[in-house]
Amino acid sequence: MKRRYLKQHLFLLTVRGSALLIALAICGFFIFIFVRGYGVISWEFITEAPRDMMTKGGIMPAIIGTLYLTLGALAVALPLGVLAAVYLSEYAKEGRLLRFIRVGIRCLAGVPSVVFGLFGLGLFVVRFGFGSSILAGSLTLGFLILPTIIGASEEALKAVPRTFREASLGLGVSKWQTTTRIVMPNALPGILTGSILSIGRAAGETAPIMFTAAAFFTASLPKSIFDEVMALPYHIYVLATAGTRIAETRPIQYGTVLVLVGLVFGINIIAILLRSRARKTKRW
Amino acid sequence: MKESNHIITTENVNFYYGDFKALQDITMGFEKNRVTALIGPSGCGKSTLLRLLNRMNDLIDGTRVEGKVLFEGADIYDPRVDPVDIRRRIGMVFQKPNPFPKSIFKNVAYGPRVNGVCRKRDLDALVEKSLLQASLWNEVKDILDRSAMTLSGGQQQRLCIARALAMKPDVLLMDEPTSALDPVSTAKIEELIEELKKDYTIIIVTHNMQQAARVSDCTGFFYLGRVIEYNRTDLLFTTPEKKQTEDYITGRFG
Ligand SMILES: Nc1ncnc2c1ncn2[C@@H]1O[C@H](COP(=O)(O)OP(=O)(O)O)[C@@H](O)[C@H]1O
Ligand SMILES: [Mg+2]
Repeated sequence: MKRRYLKQHLFLLTVRGSALLIALAICGFFIFIFVRGYGVISWEFITEAPRDMMTKGGIMPAIIGTLYLTLGALAVALPLGVLAAVYLSEYAKEGRLLRFIRVGIRCLAGVPSVVFGLFGLGLFVVRFGFGSSILAGSLTLGFLILPTIIGASEEALKAVPRTFREASLGLGVSKWQTTTRIVMPNALPGILTGSILSIGRAAGETAPIMFTAAAFFTASLPKSIFDEVMALPYHIYVLATAGTRIAETRPIQYGTVLVLVGLVFGINIIAILLRSRARKTKRW
Repeated sequence: MKESNHIITTENVNFYYGDFKALQDITMGFEKNRVTALIGPSGCGKSTLLRLLNRMNDLIDGTRVEGKVLFEGADIYDPRVDPVDIRRRIGMVFQKPNPFPKSIFKNVAYGPRVNGVCRKRDLDALVEKSLLQASLWNEVKDILDRSAMTLSGGQQQRLCIARALAMKPDVLLMDEPTSALDPVSTAKIEELIEELKKDYTIIIVTHNMQQAARVSDCTGFFYLGRVIEYNRTDLLFTTPEKKQTEDYITGRFG
């Protein structure tokens, strides 16, 4: 009796301890980045290009570049992903083909991002001749976030009550009109939430854009989708590993990290707020 | 029943969910501009038969129909027939009110809009007429922009009826339309059915025998996927021919 009590107590302690440890680690991480990076954040840092071998100036081209790449990735993945999800949830019949496609999507989600980078390099940069560009980078990042978007969209579509579909079909409305006019609009909040979460992923990845879009340094902003751009994650990588004055740029590295983390964090918070609002207004 | 003014007839219909035979040898006619009630214990196939009449069962995988279902003399299961056209002419009201999470106006206007009615004036008129027919107009005429989800259950069900009526169907199928409603709302819907039968043919599934007796002209009693007895409502309830029917309507089983 006593031993059992002791065991239970120990177990509880372990579980609580792990949770606390993780919470501490996360807090520690944010505090560390904030303390180290806070000092360099200023208006100039956000709005100016790097100067003097990147030891001075700001990171504006990288912020803009990341913005373009992320929006581009979304423009690629959102339509494709939503359409695929509509097929999977509304049209595909359970069977071997469907299972095969599902497994394929899950595998795609597990592929390391550097592999996407190489895939993008081979297909978009070289084969299609887009060069290292916003276009090639967006396509590559788009493929990277495709599984997330498909998953989120399928879930959102499946969450639309069957009774809505029945009501519409029972009125003599065709299946595709039911899908586009009833099912998809009602799934939209869920689809958007999932997509916003994947924006965070696209904004933060380095490997997929390393060979397909990111420039070591450009002071000018891109003029077309065939231009290279600087990007936040790659900029951090460059400053920390490839520069000639790594120690001198240390504060700028942390500043850039802070901006990137803040950006991703902000995007996720928006997603969470949107989702909780959508949950409140939905009443089925 | 005598061959008369039947808008829908079924001939030796069997229906299967996979291997399970849910309906067996159903042969019956549904009279135009009359209310026909389908009664019987749970699971006897009333909903299945109802959904068979406008091909809603097509939506379930692995179902199969044998025999003929004639609507105005034409087989609705003919391969050349588009089920969408059938459902336009044979509307449906479900057990649980299922309005769309849209405004009251948009709920009623949805069907006509999809079918190409887009002039604001036409839509306004159609929505008003449908809501009037469903005896809901007076309650909602000032709140047409409000979400349908804010209405009470009974109002939602009448909205669903209005939504079906806006498609100008010939037949209205109702699957236990009042089983989720309180007695006052139920009474309103029953009154409404009385009104509607002037213009529509109504086939209603009900759990409630008093309801069948009150609203219907003909009643079919079902048991284990078969029609046991089908007759004029007054006759079926006063002088049932079959022992099983009598047992059921007197509450000895069911
Ligand atoms: N989608 C389905 N798949 C398989 N069997 C079903 C399905 N729907 C109904 N059934 C079966 O068919 C029979 C008749 O069901 P139903 O028509 O819903 O009965 P009722 O409406 O009279 O209660 C029941 O035995 C039920 O279990
Ligand atoms: Mg039923």
